[in-house]
Amino acid sequence: MLRYTLLRILGAIPTLLLVIALAFLMVHAAPGGPFDDERVLPADIEANIQAHYHLDEPLPQQFLRYLSGLLRGDLGPSYRYHGRSVGSLIGEAFPYSLQLGAMAMALALVIGIGAGTAAALRQGTVFDKVVMGFAMTGISIPVFVIAPALVLLLAVKLQWLPAGWSGVTGMSRYVLPVTTLALPQIAYIARLTRASMMDVLSRDFIRTAYAQGLGTATVVRVHAMKPAMLPVLSYMGPAIAAILTGSVVVEQIFAIPGLGESFVRGALNRDYTLVLGIVVFYASLIVFLNLLVDILYGAIDPRVRYR
Amino acid sequence: MKTLRALGLLIALAVGAACGGEDPAGPPGTLQRGLSSDPETLDQHKARSIQAADVIRDLGEGLVGYSATGELIPAAAERWEVSKDGLKYTFYLREGLRWSNGEALTADHFVAGMRRLVDPSTAAFYAAMLADLENAAGITSGDIPVSMLGVEAPDDRTVVLRLVQQTPYLVSLLTHPSTFPIHPETLAEHGDGFARPGKLVSNGAYTLDAWVPGSAISLKRNEHYWNNAATAIDAVNYHVMVQDNSELNRYRAGELHVTSTVPPDSFAQIRKDYGEQLRVAPYLGVVYFGYNLTKPPFKDNAALRQALSMAVDREQIALRVTGRGEAPAYSWVPQGVNNYEPPLSGFAALGKEEREQVARRLYKEAGYGPDKPLRIELRYNTNDTNRKIAVAVQSMWREILGVEATLVNEEFQVLLANMKDAEITQVFRSSWTGDYNDAHTFLSVLQSGSAANMPRYTSEEFDSLMALAARQVDLEQRKLYLEEAERVMLADYPVIPLYFFVSKHLVSPQIEGWGDNVLDYHYSQQLSFKAAQ
Repeated sequence: MLRYTLLRILGAIPTLLLVIALAFLMVHAAPGGPFDDERVLPADIEANIQAHYHLDEPLPQQFLRYLSGLLRGDLGPSYRYHGRSVGSLIGEAFPYSLQLGAMAMALALVIGIGAGTAAALRQGTVFDKVVMGFAMTGISIPVFVIAPALVLLLAVKLQWLPAGWSGVTGMSRYVLPVTTLALPQIAYIARLTRASMMDVLSRDFIRTAYAQGLGTATVVRVHAMKPAMLPVLSYMGPAIAAILTGSVVVEQIFAIPGLGESFVRGALNRDYTLVLGIVVFYASLIVFLNLLVDILYGAIDPRVRYR
Repeated sequence: MKTLRALGLLIALAVGAACGGEDPAGPPGTLQRGLSSDPETLDQHKARSIQAADVIRDLGEGLVGYSATGELIPAAAERWEVSKDGLKYTFYLREGLRWSNGEALTADHFVAGMRRLVDPSTAAFYAAMLADLENAAGITSGDIPVSMLGVEAPDDRTVVLRLVQQTPYLVSLLTHPSTFPIHPETLAEHGDGFARPGKLVSNGAYTLDAWVPGSAISLKRNEHYWNNAATAIDAVNYHVMVQDNSELNRYRAGELHVTSTVPPDSFAQIRKDYGEQLRVAPYLGVVYFGYNLTKPPFKDNAALRQALSMAVDREQIALRVTGRGEAPAYSWVPQGVNNYEPPLSGFAALGKEEREQVARRLYKEAGYGPDKPLRIELRYNTNDTNRKIAVAVQSMWREILGVEATLVNEEFQVLLANMKDAEITQVFRSSWTGDYNDAHTFLSVLQSGSAANMPRYTSEEFDSLMALAARQVDLEQRKLYLEEAERVMLADYPVIPLYFFVSKHLVSPQIEGWGDNVLDYHYSQQLSFKAAQ
């Protein structure tokens, strides 16, 4: 197992290198530079700035400089945030995205699974139709429509919740962003759960369980839930991806200083190092999570062997 | 179920982590202001954006400042003298000036700040701000040591600036954050990372309390500020609101007292809903279409340039397309600039019909007509207002002249790169905002060799008039030279000025002391809450 883990980590290095090289080329290929502005700089001032950030060196040399920095764990200085390192910027921004994503995921799982199960148990009733109608709506409406609508209703009209993020203390500021982010996932998970649960409930072993005289609650909890959750578990990967990308929009609308917001800002400002740093960070995160999932699989499923 | 439980635990941990590290709403009576983008730094010498400068003006203070309505007022200096030849300025500092850590602020600190600005190793964007000081240009290009800069402190309370040429706007330059002093010990200790909470030592009405990048900047009262007794508001929060609609929602929800702007689309509704709370004022900035003068069809073809310029109905654009009180532009320098009367393009006096007739005649003279229409590309950076203006101009050109203009929208950085190359551009949208209240900040853009001269306009007559103005001691004579320079430039039609910017803010009725000014500077120390608050 240790050998397997080490091999996997070694195997990830070429992947990461490729990602870094591609990202490096792409950010530098984008027209314009980090210091271009309508207020064009006089030539010698621009030269001073380029020299300060080593942007006057040939591209291969800049790439090597970047790689050698990476080896030392240094993601370089931000080109826009003068005097800040990319590492510290990511370190400050990522916790916000993580909190937001984790809370949205938790909310989506709890409500999605609950509503889906309840709907499966009441097939064809008004309740079922309402839940599924809601789910269809939730999947269809994009985040950038849901968010302003919720803000207008709950923050501006009713004033129950804050419209923004900064300067608001307590948990109230999480409510709108997390809800916005979770809504499409709630909808999707509810539909998945309902379909899967209906399938499982029609199986023979469920009929046997009922025949043994168990109540519905026990049957669902003990016998039906685990097999019904398999499709939902498989959906977790895409769901995390959807929440990460969705958070870019949500972070913009609510002005939350998370990683998605930093990434967009970095790309627009041609903050090469910040964009690269976030790409490297996300790539490493995904490689690590994949590894973790593979190892966990072995722990759950005895048929999996590591070689 | 085990996996679910493990997942649940992970989520609970993450949520738990969420509860730490809240940024404070600030004590009651905190001024909540919107800021349209995140300042790149609060280092006064490295900052570039308008937003960074807005915050730095609350934190620091220069020799000179502005009143709420935009008049120059003494700040760190209580008075100043100018030598007869206009080349030597002597500033006398107030007695007992202190930094926010209580240490004395001396004239040396102003000298150190100005030296750091022009020092090539600082790589300051605004290094050219003090280009008229003795040796400044040579220092920035790395040829002369920074100690040779024409600024000195003969004693603790006197700062002397020596210039190489007449710079009547020098005093207004000294309100700019890039000329603010620096606390040498903080810089020595923390290097370029000194402008951070817990490190920054400031000399203005406020000190830096907290800064969450991308979210908010919190300032609190500087007890050591010389005019602390007159500062009404104890704490200020700047909220970074990149989306103007989000900012408007926060204002509507009562979470902001002052917004940084107003969304263009809801303007009429906002005016209806908020009346007096909406503050619209002329702002020192011009929006223009530039021609690429290095390539055909616009190279050496003034008649064609004039025809296209005259066919643009600026009233329509200002009134119907932008519609936020912008003034149509018939000159390059906006109205309201100190000691300057912008000359208007010759055709400004003509009526709409006459303009169109002349435009059609010029278009024909330039060799174009129904059989041979002019085909050009009009580039602008992707933005709703820009698109509407481009569409309007495209249709004006088509209807009046028969020009076939193709609209090309590009991301801002792409457009900038194309403008800089001057290879594929033909007509492009750009703008210029003044750094100080003087016609020079606009006219110098179009001088030969100016880096910001996007149309690549060159005119010996214009350049020599600008040079004459620069040598003039007599302000009245200088004004005449500058106005003549603009008149010469306008007659060459290197640009199509479209309209002048306006500043737009929503200001809560709880706030007093707000003044409109062309620079759009609004120092927090000049604001206060109404007594009922």
